[in-house]
Amino acid sequence: MAMTMTEKILASHAGLESVQAGQLIKAKVDVVLGNDITSPPAIAEFNKIGRPVFDKDKIVLVPDHFIPNKDIKSAQMAKTLREFAHEHDITNYFEVGRMGIEHVLLPEEGLVVPGEVIIGADSHTCTYGAVGAFATGVGSTDMGAAMATGDTWFKVPSAIQVNITGSMPKYVCGKDVILTLIGMIGVDGARYQSLEFTGPGIANLSMTDRLTIANMAIECGAKNGIFPIDGVTIAYLNGRTKKTYQAVSADSDAIYTRKIDIDLSDLTPVVALPHLPENVKAVRELPEISIDQVVIGSCTNGRIEDLKQAAVIMSGKSVHPKVRTIIIPGSQAVYLEALEKGYISTFIKAGAVVSTPTCGPCLGGYMGILAAGEKAVTTTNRNFKGRMGHVDSEVYLTGPAVAAASAITGRICGPEEMVK
Amino acid sequence: MILEGKTWKYGDNVDTDVIIPARHLTTADPKELAVHCMEDIDAAFAVNVQPGDIIVAERNFGCGSSREHAPLAIKGSGVTCVVADSFARIFYRNAINIGLPLLELGSDAKKIQAGDTLRVDLAKGIVENITRGEAFQAQPLPGFIQEIAQAGGLVSYVSGVRK
Ligand code: SF4
Repeated sequence: MAMTMTEKILASHAGLESVQAGQLIKAKVDVVLGNDITSPPAIAEFNKIGRPVFDKDKIVLVPDHFIPNKDIKSAQMAKTLREFAHEHDITNYFEVGRMGIEHVLLPEEGLVVPGEVIIGADSHTCTYGAVGAFATGVGSTDMGAAMATGDTWFKVPSAIQVNITGSMPKYVCGKDVILTLIGMIGVDGARYQSLEFTGPGIANLSMTDRLTIANMAIECGAKNGIFPIDGVTIAYLNGRTKKTYQAVSADSDAIYTRKIDIDLSDLTPVVALPHLPENVKAVRELPEISIDQVVIGSCTNGRIEDLKQAAVIMSGKSVHPKVRTIIIPGSQAVYLEALEKGYISTFIKAGAVVSTPTCGPCLGGYMGILAAGEKAVTTTNRNFKGRMGHVDSEVYLTGPAVAAASAITGRICGPEEMVK
Repeated sequence: MILEGKTWKYGDNVDTDVIIPARHLTTADPKELAVHCMEDIDAAFAVNVQPGDIIVAERNFGCGSSREHAPLAIKGSGVTCVVADSFARIFYRNAINIGLPLLELGSDAKKIQAGDTLRVDLAKGIVENITRGEAFQAQPLPGFIQEIAQAGGLVSYVSGVRK
């Protein structure tokens, strides 16, 4: 029977010849991920089951959300995670100083590869669909149970085919692709479904673009977003992973519930206005919106290519006097590379702050919380009410080039303005 | 199991950031979380919610972050069941896993108003609106998910069934 990529991966992990949409299955997992917020409750549930961990090499624990510890309570949570990691001799525990934002770190370290089933107690676990894995977010109880059993249950999702053609014009990035798609189908447009990206345009998307796109699949309700495995994937994995993997591809007659066409050449830089990621508008169509803060980073746009896009815009310029600009490299490796390439000094000279890797402001944790009435342009993935601070603050989601240009002018603007 | 309670009514896309904002995620204790449940969209909720109350919402309830703290906060506030047009999938899993019953009612959820008294038959998936004299049929839970729900959540299920 014809299967999508997602169906094939789920079938192989369920030990079945084939599966079809709607079927409930029990599948083996290759990676179980947790962070400093979701792991402590998962550990409590794990302890109730009273079994050892199923495989110490397949559990990945990353303190990143309130890390370095923002207060005493978060210090306690981080301690729970650290002690669990040591007690069970977890191979992939990343201490402060060696960590990164989980979804930047795992691909970078080669811990996620094509054809795998990955669950994480974090909704943006879907990021790893970029390398051709089935990856999805779950809750803490699912994580705790899977750490004991090595498997979990799924309802096989039906799939939406996103057919990508063309190549991106200058200043358009992966963020514009996914925001445009979310704007088209809405925040529940792919609810319970898989987004399967196909088409000749994919060859024109870098791994950074793909990671950004897959990262936000959850913002239209998708269970996962998945890319085909091609030369870009293999080049990215070479020298990065020690794992062996199998390339899986969709059958040519796989069944999709819907097909959406996106021609990359038609895209333009966009912004998602408060308070939903589906409120997408072209930057050039916006009225004048002055801003108080810019954040460049996160699991969506905290990779070296993202920082490069921002640095190119900010080079030799100054951040607007009324704007606070916070730049957060997504991992220690990204930080170091940005330092070596001179991006960090560009940011500091422009009057921005550079932070150690952390989720911090993205979820309203710390390192840049908004006051009542303040507006922020950020490269993160959610602009829900109160997401980054006061319930009366506003978050505008964009790619790094728009965020950098807006930091300079003090209002939301496109990067073309910088080069005029 | 039959549940009866007064409803709190919300609209589309209630996200887990408003169910329990991240600033309160330094605990996973349902009672502590309950104090802040819904505070960013409805300050009256945490103050006035009564044990046995029912939350009714429209499309995509629980979208956003995977935080299990969201269903925990709702459960901690004494709410016995959430009825919605539809649920976001991670919230759905989490609620089942921690033993917070859910019913997916489709567009009939629109017909229920804040303050209505509902009688909910979980096994049959029937939602009766006592205030308005209407009854609706929800999608029944798939058998396997009913087993998890009956075991009282995933951990009891895993410890009991699969040892
Ligand atoms: S950067 Fe933001 S969205 Fe990404 S994992 Fe951290 S809190 Fe979640």
